Amino acid sequence: MEAAELDRRLAAESVDLSLPAPPRRRGSVHPTMQVMDEMVSIFAEMGFSVAEGPDIETDFNNFTALNFPPKHPAREMHDTFFMAPDEAGERKVLRTHTSPVQVRVMRQINEKVPAWVATGQEPPIRVVVPGRTYRCDSDATHTPMFHQMEGLVIDKAVHMGHLKWTLETFISRFFETEGVVSRFRPHHFPFTEPSAEMDVQCDRSGGDIKIGQGTDWLEVVGCGMVHPNVLRNCGLDPEVWQGFAFGFGVDRLGMLKYGMPDLRDMFAGDARWLGHYGFSPFAMPNPATGLS
Amino acid sequence: MKFTLSWLKEHLDTQATVDQVVEAMTMAGLEVEHVENPAAKLAAFSVAKIVEAVQHPNADRLRVCQVDTKDGRKEIVCGAPNARPGLTTIYAPLGAYVPGSGITLEARPVRGVVSNGMLCSASELETAEESDGIMELPESLVVGTSAAEALGLEAVIDFEVTPNRPDWLGVAGIARDLAAAGLGKLKDLSVAPAKGAFPCPVSIRLDNPEACPVFAGRLIRGVKNGPSPAWLQQKLVSVGLRPINTLVDITNLISYDRARPLHVYDRAKLVGDVIVARLGVGRDASAPSHADEATPAEHHDEQLIALDGKTYDLTSEMCVIADAAGERPVGLGGVMGGESTGCSEDTTDVFVESAWFDPIRTAQTGRTTGITSDAQYRFARGVDPGFVVDGLELATKLILELCGGEASDVVVAGEAPAAPGPIAFDRTYVRQLTGLTLTDGRIDQILQDLGFAVDGGQVTPPTWRRDVEGRADLVEEVARIEGYGALPIEPLPEMPRPAGGVLSVRQGRMRTARRAMAAMGYAETISWSFLPRSAARLFGGGDDALMIANPISADLDCMRPSVLPNLVEAAGRNARKGFADVALFEIGPIYRGDQPADQSAVVAGLIAPHAPRRWDGGGDDPLFALKADLMALLEELGAPALQTAQGSSSAWWHPGRSARLQLGPKTVIAEFGELHPQVLKALDVAGPILAFELNVDALPEGKRKAVKTKAALSLSPHMPLTRDFAFVVEEAVAAGDLIKAVAGADKALIAQARVFDVYRGPGLGEGVKSLAVEILVQPQDHTLGEAEIEQLSAKVVAAAAKAVGAKLRS
Repeated sequence: MEAAELDRRLAAESVDLSLPAPPRRRGSVHPTMQVMDEMVSIFAEMGFSVAEGPDIETDFNNFTALNFPPKHPAREMHDTFFMAPDEAGERKVLRTHTSPVQVRVMRQINEKVPAWVATGQEPPIRVVVPGRTYRCDSDATHTPMFHQMEGLVIDKAVHMGHLKWTLETFISRFFETEGVVSRFRPHHFPFTEPSAEMDVQCDRSGGDIKIGQGTDWLEVVGCGMVHPNVLRNCGLDPEVWQGFAFGFGVDRLGMLKYGMPDLRDMFAGDARWLGHYGFSPFAMPNPATGLS
Repeated sequence: MKFTLSWLKEHLDTQATVDQVVEAMTMAGLEVEHVENPAAKLAAFSVAKIVEAVQHPNADRLRVCQVDTKDGRKEIVCGAPNARPGLTTIYAPLGAYVPGSGITLEARPVRGVVSNGMLCSASELETAEESDGIMELPESLVVGTSAAEALGLEAVIDFEVTPNRPDWLGVAGIARDLAAAGLGKLKDLSVAPAKGAFPCPVSIRLDNPEACPVFAGRLIRGVKNGPSPAWLQQKLVSVGLRPINTLVDITNLISYDRARPLHVYDRAKLVGDVIVARLGVGRDASAPSHADEATPAEHHDEQLIALDGKTYDLTSEMCVIADAAGERPVGLGGVMGGESTGCSEDTTDVFVESAWFDPIRTAQTGRTTGITSDAQYRFARGVDPGFVVDGLELATKLILELCGGEASDVVVAGEAPAAPGPIAFDRTYVRQLTGLTLTDGRIDQILQDLGFAVDGGQVTPPTWRRDVEGRADLVEEVARIEGYGALPIEPLPEMPRPAGGVLSVRQGRMRTARRAMAAMGYAETISWSFLPRSAARLFGGGDDALMIANPISADLDCMRPSVLPNLVEAAGRNARKGFADVALFEIGPIYRGDQPADQSAVVAGLIAPHAPRRWDGGGDDPLFALKADLMALLEELGAPALQTAQGSSSAWWHPGRSARLQLGPKTVIAEFGELHPQVLKALDVAGPILAFELNVDALPEGKRKAVKTKAALSLSPHMPLTRDFAFVVEEAVAAGDLIKAVAGADKALIAQARVFDVYRGPGLGEGVKSLAVEILVQPQDHTLGEAEIEQLSAKVVAAAAKAVGAKLRS
C-alpha cells in the first residue's frame, strides 16, 4: 500500500528532463592574451620576470636611448604616433615597440613613477616585457595597435650562443611540435649589435602556414646583442656588462600557432570570432597539460 | 632593389646558382623578397622552325603552318603576318599556359582547322610590352632549345636593404659581401681615370657645405646621345628601369651597379659658367607659420619644375643646384634634376655631376616633396664619399665608349666628409660577444675581404661603411660572414627565481581577472587604446594632452579615458550583425594624462541583456547578475570590504541604476550599473547596456606573506541558528546601510545578515518599504539560551533604528 502510494507520488513528480537547463554564457580568453600567458610561463621557467612600462613614452626612451639619433632615418621606419606637443614643445610618442622598457629597467634615475612601472635594476637582469605597441600603419598585415613581448638579459658573459639557445628553446616549447627547425640570420636594428632575426621552417604551400614541416622560412623574432651605445645611455659600462634583447610580435605568433587568418579580426570584438578562437579560462598554461 | 645573376657575375667570379646566391645573401643579412624566374614561367615554351606556311582555307588572315618542334612536326594555325617558311620562332604546346594572353592552349579548330599548339609573340611571352608578329629568332638556334635560353632570360632577384647598408644598393657591393662569404672571387672594381683633353669651362661653387660638402664634375663635349645599345637597355629593363637615352641610362646603370647616383646636364641649356649648390629660398614647410609676420619677400618662394614634370616649392631645408650665377634652380641636389637642363637626344655637350649630399637633409627633402627617386633613396642612406671622383670617371668611360666625344679635366669643389677612423679591436671580443671561436687570422681575413684595413690592433672601416662605429660592429661583420649557423648553442646559466613568482601583484591580478571573467561567461576583447575625441568626452576624457597629433584616422585621435566606450561600440557592432546578446570584457590601460602615473589598468565588463527567453520564466535580474559577477571578481582579486555609494557615480551612468564601490570617498575601486541612455544614444547603440569598470591600480597591494601557511581554522562546535526581522524604513534608505547596521550589532555572534524580501504596498503606507532581514547567529563557546537570543534581537532592532530609523513591522 505504502509502496503504491510512493509510486503514484513519484509518477506525479516526473519532469521532462530533455527541457533545456537555464542557459549559461560561455566566456573566453582572447588568443593574444592566452599567447602572452603561454610566453610568460615559458620564460618564467628560464628565470625571466615580467616588467612593464607606459604606452605614452618619451622620445628619449623610445628612440634616443635606443641608439636612434634624432632625425635618423631609422626613426622613419617606425611610423610613429606622436602626441600633441606639451608647453615645453616636447612631443611624447605612443611607444613603437616594447624596447623603451629596456631603458627603464637598466637606467637608474630619480623619477617618480607608479609602482607598476619598471625602474632601474642592478644587473644581472633577466626580464620579459609584454605590452601594447603602436605604429601609424593599417593594412591587411598591420594594425595601428599590436602586442609585443620584449626580452632583455644583461650579465657579464652572456653572448649570442645564449641568445640562440634561449630563442630556440622558447620556439620549440611554444609551438609544442616535434622538430621545429629554426635559423638565425643577420639583420639590422639600431639598438642591437650584432643583430639577427630568427626564422622558423614552415610549409606555406597549402595557403595557410604549417610549422614543423615544409621548406619555407618565416621570421618570428628580431634580436641581438644590446648595442654598447644603449648600455652607455643607460649608465652601464659596456666594458663590464653585455647581454641580449629580443622582441616578439605576440599577435602574429598567436596567428601562426592557432591559425587565425587575419590580424585585423583580433581587434574587431566579434563575439562569434571570440567564441571560436578564444580559449577556455581553464586552459591555463602549465607543464602538466601543455600550454593551451 | 633588383639584379640578375649575370650582372652579379660582372663583379663576382662564381659558379653559384641563383638558389645559392639567394641563400648566401640571406645568410649575409640581405633579405631576399622574391626571385622572379621567367624560365619557370616559360618552361613549356621552346624553339621551333616553320617548314611550310599556306593560306588558311577559310580565313584570309590566317596561315596553316607545318612546324618542326621538340614534339615532332605539328600543324599550327597562326595569324601573324610574319609566319613564313624558314622562320625560327617560339612554340607553345597544347596545355601550355600563355602568360601574356592568360589562356591555356586547347586543341580547338580555328575556322575548321585544328591548331596543335601556338607560335608566340614577345608580348605573349611577356618579354616585351608590345610586339608585332611572332618572335623572329636567329636561325642558328636548335629546335627544342628552351625559350628562356634562346631569349637569354634570367632570374631576377628582388631584395630589401637595411638602412645601415647603402653600399648594398649597388651590385658591386653585394658582390663584395658574397665574395667574403666564400661564394666566389671579387673582380677588380677599380676605375681608370680618363685624361682631360681641355680645362673644364664650368666651375662649381658650394655655398652650403653642410648640405653639399663635395661636388665633382666635368664637361664631355661632342657626344652623340640617342637610344642606348640593346645590352644596356636590356640590363636596365631586367631590373625594372625604363631606358631613356644613353646619357641618362649610363647614370642609372652606375646608380644600380655602384650605388653611386650621378646627374647629367645639357651644357647648352645651362645659363652661365658656374653651378652653385646652396640652400633653397623659401619657408621651411615644417616651421610654424606666422601669418601676421609674413613679408612679401617670404611669399616669393623658389620653385623647380623637376624631370618628372611636376613643380616643387623649394625651402631653406633643401639643397638646390642652381645656374645663372646661383639664381636659377636647376635641380634638387641628390633628389631630382630640373626639366630645363635635362639631357635629350639633341644634347652634344654634357656636364656630369658626381656630388655628395647630406643624408638627413636628403631624406627630409624626399619626405617634403614626396619624391622617392633612386638617387634620393641612395643619398638619404649615405653614398660612399670615397667614390665621388671614381663615379665620375666611370661615367666618363661609358659616355666616351657609347656616345663618343672628349672629356675635360675634372673639377672638384669642397671635400668629401672625413673617412671613418681606426677602431681599437681586441680579437677576443668576437668570442666574448658571440661565443664563436675563430683564429685571429680568420677574423682579419673576413674584415679585409670586406674592405677593412687591418693594422695590428687597429681596424679601419672602408669609406663605404660609415655604419661601422665600434668594436661591436666589427664583431657583427665577422659573425655575419662566418655565418650565424656557426654560433654555438649555450643554455642560459641558472638564475635564482624571485620567491613570489615572476609576476607582480598587479600583473597577477590581471591574470586572475582574465580567467575569472571568462569563467563567469564574458568573452575577452582587445580594442584600440584610442577612440574618437567625442566618445572620450562622453566618458570624462578628451583633454588636449591626450590627443594624437597624427592619428591613423580622424575617429581614432584621442587616448581612451575608459574602456567602456569601446566595449559599448563592440556590443553595438555585434547587435548590428544580429548578435545582440553579448557579454564582453577587456583588461587594459586607460589614460588620464600623458605621464606614467596617469595610465592605469582596468577590468571592464559589459552585458547587453538580451538573454534568450526561458521556458520556466525564470532568470536573474541582469543588473544584479552583473553585480554578483563584479563582487565575485573583487573577491578573486583579494579586494578588501568596500562601501557601496549610490548617487555619486560619473555622468555616463544611469543616475538611479548605478553605484560606486569605494574604499573611503577618495579611492574609487569600481563603478557599475546601467549606462546613461543619452550616452548610448550618442554612441548610436541600443540600450540597455550594463557594465562595470574596475581600476586594478586602485586596489591596495596587500602584503606578501613570508610563509605560505594559512591561519589556523577554528570551528565552533555549536549549531548556528537564524532569526528573521521585518523592518520598515523610509523609501530612501539603502538596504546596504541597514545590513551594515544589523551585522554590526554584535560582531561576535552575527556571522552574516542578508535581505531576503523587499515589500511595498498595502498596510505599510506611502513612502516606506519593508525589508526582511535574516541573520545567521554563530555561537562560539556555548549554546545560546532564550534570554541571550532575546537580548541579541533587541540589539539588532536598536542598531537598525539608530542607523536608518528602521522600525519593526507590526
